Amino acid sequence: MRTAGLVAGGVALALLAQGAAAEVTKVQEKGLKPYEIVDGHTIPKPLTDKPGDPKRGAKLVVTRKKGNCLACHKIQQLNDFPFHGNIGPELTDVASNLTEGEMRLRLVNPKVVNPDTIMPAFYRTEGLHRVMKKFQGKPVLTDQEIEDIIAFLKTLKASQ
Amino acid sequence: MFRKRYRMGGIALSALGTLVMAGVFTLGAGGASACEECKGKYEVDGKKSGYLYSTPATQAIQDDDFTNPGFLWVERGRQLWAKKEGEANKSCKDCHGEPEKLRGVFPTYPKFDPKTKKLINIEQRINRCRTEQMKAKAWKWESDELLSMTTLVGYVSRGMPVNVKVDGPAKPFFEKGKAFYFQRRGQLDMACKHCHIDFPGQYIRADLLSEGRAGGAFPLYRLKWQKLGSLHRRFRGCNKQVRAKPYKAGSDEYVNLELYVKWRSNGLPVEVPAVRR
Ligand code: HEC
Ligand code: HEC
Repeated sequence: MRTAGLVAGGVALALLAQGAAAEVTKVQEKGLKPYEIVDGHTIPKPLTDKPGDPKRGAKLVVTRKKGNCLACHKIQQLNDFPFHGNIGPELTDVASNLTEGEMRLRLVNPKVVNPDTIMPAFYRTEGLHRVMKKFQGKPVLTDQEIEDIIAFLKTLKASQ
Repeated sequence: MFRKRYRMGGIALSALGTLVMAGVFTLGAGGASACEECKGKYEVDGKKSGYLYSTPATQAIQDDDFTNPGFLWVERGRQLWAKKEGEANKSCKDCHGEPEKLRGVFPTYPKFDPKTKKLINIEQRINRCRTEQMKAKAWKWESDELLSMTTLVGYVSRGMPVNVKVDGPAKPFFEKGKAFYFQRRGQLDMACKHCHIDFPGQYIRADLLSEGRAGGAFPLYRLKWQKLGSLHRRFRGCNKQVRAKPYKAGSDEYVNLELYVKWRSNGLPVEVPAVRR
């Protein structure tokens, strides 16, 4: 089940496939851990040393004031929780479609993949406009929370 | 049966997901209207009022003047209309006669105001009559009084098409409002257009996104507020939900934004007092 937004993602990937040597972009935003984007489509290295916890990840995906991924994505494995939005593609089988590094870039800053996306960047403090005072200088999710969510996303396979 | 509702909703059939959701949320996606005859008028030139994205239950509350709680504000507006106030000891009625005399005014605001050389919206126009003609104090934004009078002035134009002008001296203000609509903001970094141009007809969690063409609907009674509220209150809410600093109701930024939002609604009927979730 793929939506229009995905087509845009597909185009970006196709363009990148034409390049040859790996291109590494280092990013360091105020108050956040530095990370490396490889070939414009993946962040292969985890943001923290501690492995992500998929249970905590699932909770963050559901929680409105945290990831609230269900606002836009349907995830059948979380059907016990009501009201899955349908703005983004369904994530029920996301682990079959994306690598861990691709998922990490999606969460950290999806605008790298699709500049016009509605999806928030969950690990950014710069380049934002009129952020409410209590959220200024803070990312939506911490580095560990990103890793927890990725650990959960890695369990999402339709066949299981 | 839900296919019919779906077609009438006229939502872009972009994703199979939408279809699935329409099945889950049997509260029609802007489809089966509580009032079959009134449905047609809420879609003009492919533009759809938020009415068509409301559930039949919410539509039914709006359609019946006796159950529509917004009418309490219309009635209160009528009382205030005849009340003499201020140093001039005048009422609205002394200058304008019956409120129905103002039919046709509401759909044209905001408009360029030669006096201040910027836009003036309907709330501000009402307050100008108070301060200049009645020599009374301006009503506070979102006060019961200002909401009631704005609702009454909107109500007497019910059914008329929204018709704001965006050329001539209004143009630069329109352009500012448009820029606001496309500017990402807040920690969640979204612009108005991301929700209301890119994804109307789709669900964001439990909310069905409308096209945000609310020019003919506000002030409206919102079930969530348990109260009637202004368009600028809605702007503040939409700003806050993306964790952006809102502007003040009545600020130049919001009046410019209002002109853009109302222009997007040009042609749709005034439906004050509308009812939404
Ligand atoms: C406001 C809407 C919104 C929210 C909230 C949101 N997303 Fe997304 N997401 C999208 C859209 C739309 C796309 C489609 C691609 C695009 O727009 O670039 C997408 C794409 C994705 C993809 C790529 C899927 C694929 O198959 O390529 C992943 C993974 C993803 N989102 C995960 C998440 C997670 C995890 C969260 C919460 C932490 C989240 N999203 C929150 C809208 C959202
Ligand atoms: C994160 C998504 C999102 C963003 C961004 C957003 N809105 Fe909304 N807006 C909603 C939701 C949800 C509703 C309630 C359902 C509906 O009518 O769309 C709503 C309702 C409205 C309505 C009332 C529509 C009606 O007929 O009742 C207006 C007007 C509106 N928004 C304008 C704006 C403006 C202007 C902006 C930018 C300043 C904005 N919105 C940004 C989600 C959003």
